[in-house]
Amino acid sequence: MMTWFGPEELQAVRLSIKVASWAMVASLPIGILTAYALARWSFPGKQLLNGLVHLPLILPPVVTGYLLLLLFGPMGPMGQLLAALNISVAFRWTGAALTAAIMGFPLMVRALRLSFELIDPKLERAASTLGASPLWVFWSVTLPLALPGVVAGSVLAFAKAMGEFGATITFVANIPGETQTLPSAIYAFLQVPGGETSALRLVVISVLISFAALLVSEALNRRLIKRLAAA
Amino acid sequence: MTDSHPDLECRDLVKDFSDFKAVDRVSFDVPQGSFFSILGPSGCGKTTLLRMISGFQSPTSGDLRIKGKSMIGVPPNKRPVSMVFQHLALFPTMNIGDNVGFGLRQRGVGKAEIKKRVEEVLERVGLPGVSARRVDQLSGGQKQRVAIARCMVLEPDVLLLDEPLGALDLKLREHMKVELKALQAEFNTTFVYITHDQSEALVMSDNIAVMNKGRFEQIGAPHEVYHEPATAFVAGFVGDANKFDAKVTSANGSMLSLVTDAGTEMKINAAGASLNAGERTQVFLRPEAIELVATATTNDEGCNVSPGVVESVLFNGANSSVTVRNSAGGLVKVALPQTGGFAALQKGDAVFTRWQPKDARCFSAAEAGS
Repeated sequence: MMTWFGPEELQAVRLSIKVASWAMVASLPIGILTAYALARWSFPGKQLLNGLVHLPLILPPVVTGYLLLLLFGPMGPMGQLLAALNISVAFRWTGAALTAAIMGFPLMVRALRLSFELIDPKLERAASTLGASPLWVFWSVTLPLALPGVVAGSVLAFAKAMGEFGATITFVANIPGETQTLPSAIYAFLQVPGGETSALRLVVISVLISFAALLVSEALNRRLIKRLAAA
Repeated sequence: MTDSHPDLECRDLVKDFSDFKAVDRVSFDVPQGSFFSILGPSGCGKTTLLRMISGFQSPTSGDLRIKGKSMIGVPPNKRPVSMVFQHLALFPTMNIGDNVGFGLRQRGVGKAEIKKRVEEVLERVGLPGVSARRVDQLSGGQKQRVAIARCMVLEPDVLLLDEPLGALDLKLREHMKVELKALQAEFNTTFVYITHDQSEALVMSDNIAVMNKGRFEQIGAPHEVYHEPATAFVAGFVGDANKFDAKVTSANGSMLSLVTDAGTEMKINAAGASLNAGERTQVFLRPEAIELVATATTNDEGCNVSPGVVESVLFNGANSSVTVRNSAGGLVKVALPQTGGFAALQKGDAVFTRWQPKDARCFSAAEAGS
């Protein structure tokens, strides 16, 4: 089983970083909008939206993965809709990214919502009395003030995406080079005799990447908070 | 053609919330270039009124015009109104120059022009060359001036100020009162100032509206509001006053004889109070309207004179006062004259209090609603 050595490990690491990065970047705008709506607006169905956002945090990952398969699989309504647009997610790395994004979404929204709630609405009101339209108030005042939350939420979502296993393997399986992310690869190595060393190497890499992400976000956050503490 | 409209006009402004009327038929005009204060205790509706002027809340009924143009339905960012907030609300993510230039950037003014105008306005508020500094590098008073500069650079028709001195310490607050008044004169812009602090309103304003329970009780110049309060609420809220609950024993034209609930008899010349014998009344008497005398003399003809004993001396420099318990047992607060004649006054000293019947104000207790 020495063929499992080397390239596959690298492949899994590369794929995981790609999947997690896409998941983080793509969910950020939606996450910001959702968190802002939950923090500042009152609208019918707010609690329902809040529950829906948090569902992946509470559901067993296998259940989430299976629901995704039903929805986005080749026979699912979303899957057929996407197929019409010539996009396929089932058993593709895009499906892994989608899964990772959905699993990391509640963590991202929680961090963002908290930072929106901490902003003094007077700052936003001041901006609008100075002539700024609501959209410009958000862009020039609210979002810069929420930047620590954006950083924290992104890192959490990235870390969650790097480690996501249950929903991913249920939805897009474990195809080397396509959907075999770091945790799936570790799992696969542990299933074969003599794979322990490869698994261990991947475990070390996994720890290092997570730790580095955390350190970078901490450093960024400290700088931001220092700047924001000005007022 | 000259513009004859006042800068700000409110006509029968009403704001109903589901369970109470926050603002109840308020009407007033603020002429161009004047300093207008809205003074009232917390919960009187002044913040709601301010929000309607700035556009964050819309009135249930009534009209609000700025320079003759109705503002109903106009969003905050489209009104010729700027606002200084209680905690100033400077943007911590921007330096001073970007804070002050924020509104100009909205209007699409060129970069070089913004820089020039920001420098000019900072100079006018006495802070030249601070553009590159961070917000936290300025003192409280300097931040205050930046907040005003940020508004004034837009040349608004009306500047709203929402208790901007509330967060400052006492010494700085006293200083800023003078400075705000000077800045208002410098820019000659209409200021509408919201406060619960009567001394801020009295010192700075051309006109004061005293607000209580959603209504304006009186609008007038500071000296009118102070000396000629229109209602018992104004008399009690603006300035310091001794308040007595009393009953009219006899009325002869405007001359009333009263007896307070504590049992002191007094004569009051209350023109316009139209009270009859037997009615209950509230009497207000300023501490500085009462004189302390060592002995009763013949000069006292027509005055209210009563003997008493000093209960406590409240030394506070120029604002020192004493409380005197008179023979009938009532307590009155008397301003301590600065001439030094009573500098050695002590608790337990016997004195006479003397005041003119015309110096007290009295209101029907039924109107006062107590």
